[in-house]
Amino acid sequence: MSKIILIGINHKTAPVELREKLSFSDEETLTALELLNQDEDIKESLIFSTCNRTEVLYIPRAGEKVNKIFDFIAHHKKVDLSEFKSALYIYKEDEAIRHLFRVASSLDSMVVGEPQILGQIKQAYRVAIQSNASGVLLNRLMHKTFSIAKKVRKETGIGDNAVSISYAAIELANKIFSDLSQKSVMLLGAGEMAELAVEHLISNKVKNIVVANRTFKNAVDLARKFNGQAVKFEEREDTLKDVDIIISSTGATDYVLTQRQVKRAMKKRHHNTLFFIDIAVPRDIDPKINTISNAYVYDIDDLKNIVESNIEQRGKETVKAERFIDEAVLKFRKWLESLAIVPTIKALNDKMSSIVEIEFKKTFSNLNHFSQEDIEAINRMTRAIATRTIHDPILFLRNTGDHRDDSLYLNVTRELFNLDIPEEE
Amino acid sequence: MSLQSADLVLLLATMLYLASMTGYLLFLFNQKPIYQKTAFYLITTAIVFHFVSMIIYTIATRHVPIQNLSQSLSASAFAIGCMFLFFQYKFDLKILGVFASILLFGIMLVVLMIPDVPVESNAAFKGFWFYSHIILVLTGDAALGLACGTGILYLLQEKGIKTKSPGFFFKRLPSLDFLDNVGYTCLTTGFALLTIGLVTGFIYAKTIWGTFWSWDPKEVFSVGTWLVYAVLLHLRLNSGWRGRKSAIMTIIGFFIIIFTFLGVNMLLGGHHQAFTK
Repeated sequence: MSKIILIGINHKTAPVELREKLSFSDEETLTALELLNQDEDIKESLIFSTCNRTEVLYIPRAGEKVNKIFDFIAHHKKVDLSEFKSALYIYKEDEAIRHLFRVASSLDSMVVGEPQILGQIKQAYRVAIQSNASGVLLNRLMHKTFSIAKKVRKETGIGDNAVSISYAAIELANKIFSDLSQKSVMLLGAGEMAELAVEHLISNKVKNIVVANRTFKNAVDLARKFNGQAVKFEEREDTLKDVDIIISSTGATDYVLTQRQVKRAMKKRHHNTLFFIDIAVPRDIDPKINTISNAYVYDIDDLKNIVESNIEQRGKETVKAERFIDEAVLKFRKWLESLAIVPTIKALNDKMSSIVEIEFKKTFSNLNHFSQEDIEAINRMTRAIATRTIHDPILFLRNTGDHRDDSLYLNVTRELFNLDIPEEE
Repeated sequence: MSLQSADLVLLLATMLYLASMTGYLLFLFNQKPIYQKTAFYLITTAIVFHFVSMIIYTIATRHVPIQNLSQSLSASAFAIGCMFLFFQYKFDLKILGVFASILLFGIMLVVLMIPDVPVESNAAFKGFWFYSHIILVLTGDAALGLACGTGILYLLQEKGIKTKSPGFFFKRLPSLDFLDNVGYTCLTTGFALLTIGLVTGFIYAKTIWGTFWSWDPKEVFSVGTWLVYAVLLHLRLNSGWRGRKSAIMTIIGFFIIIFTFLGVNMLLGGHHQAFTK
């Protein structure tokens, strides 16, 4: 029977320099898969590569062909095998399936629970389909992977909690404002921290960005970068009436916004909510502002506290996720085993006999004028018809020959005759 | 069609309210959409049964079941149910069902426990103005009750964010803006209904007693309640009383309504008394 094998490197086994060397772009993946597809020894294959990992999932026709894949990677990426061989991990069979499920469910990610990985794996699968490298086994495996990843996301809290400062800030903003795309942001300070924070916000699409900085030129530069406006640092209090979120990261030693200033501004903005994110050390925003109604101030320590409690919470959810994955691996194993010839033939026979029996009983429950002998003769006949009908298909299944793909025909048979036990999703 | 069957259907509706409340509580803890969906269907069915029970009663006795305390409470529960369905449809604020189902089941429990005193038919209790007054006041109060519910949700969410300790409710409740918005819509809807309801009440009083205003304690308290909400709306529009302050006021306002609805009749008497005997 075919083996499922996974070879790869990730952020735990290799430094970023090496991961970069071995990463595959979509185009590279496509050509690589086309090459693998032409290889007589490889039945099915799939490559997924993100900034944290490069993994090759494949099913050899016979044996394991691990060295072949090693050489293939080395040759294709033009990196010497000795350079990366020690960083590689090899998973076989259930271990490979489990690893794949864990990766897709974001349990193996650098930031556990991050949501991008599933999309990246879906993209990798699309490329595999495009290059015809994926077949019956991998198709089924990938679909199971997507559904387990969805289940983990939906039924565990693994992706719920923001585990980075900027995610935590955005999550808070989303619980304060109903629609961030209608809200404007003011940056106090044009440093690197501010820039990072805004990049996250931009991916959440805010309405407008205003930059205020002591050195006006820097404000203008940063504003241009984000399609926003620059204002003079002295105008910051006035600007409070037009913005909703304030991100502050200046190097000032004193508070750049005081309680009195914000109180005045609050009146002008009809007490509409203000959210202050203070990532500066020492702090820029007077913490007393938090006591003003409809004003919320979070400094870097507040955000860190939230992140830490989220990380703790996530640990508990991971245990649950691992259990789902164990179950899914068992299920998939069961399906793989059912893909053998004998169980398929048996299932086919059982199905036919049960159809014959049901129909026979149905018919004769209303017919009383036949003699016992007649009934037996007709019963024999119906069974014979059933046996004859599936005789040729069974013969074909027993004898698909070495050059043909057993699993393909077995799978087709199972689907044609609906032999799989329906699974609960 | 008999009174017994009306009672039976009402009992069934109460069981459905209980089932719905259970579903909503499960949803609160578990966050599985299926619980919310089931609970929502249950509460909808309960409200339909509740309505059927009121119709059976009306057909059997030839008067609308709002003639004693038990019936008035039941009718206000029904009004809250209808208003909940309306706001749920409008805003899809799923978590509000937790509040609504608890409130509805609580009221129905009281309805089933207090005796349904026999009703003497009163010739004055009919006509267009009478029914408009009752329907408008009950639906208005119901909307204000839901405003109180969103107010409570707002305060729960606000407290977590203000004290920087987002806890149990943080994930489960929507954003402050949204809650404030829903509360405001409930408030304005309720206020508008209550206003027209009071006006129809005056007209009804004129047709029956020949005077718009007779210093009945309930009249006084109703206008008092109306003024509280009028002031709240004014402050909100002109002095920026939004968010937390507004939420607290809607909660206080609803307690005044409850007092006007029950307390005034029990403690102070007046010509509304029959409804809450």
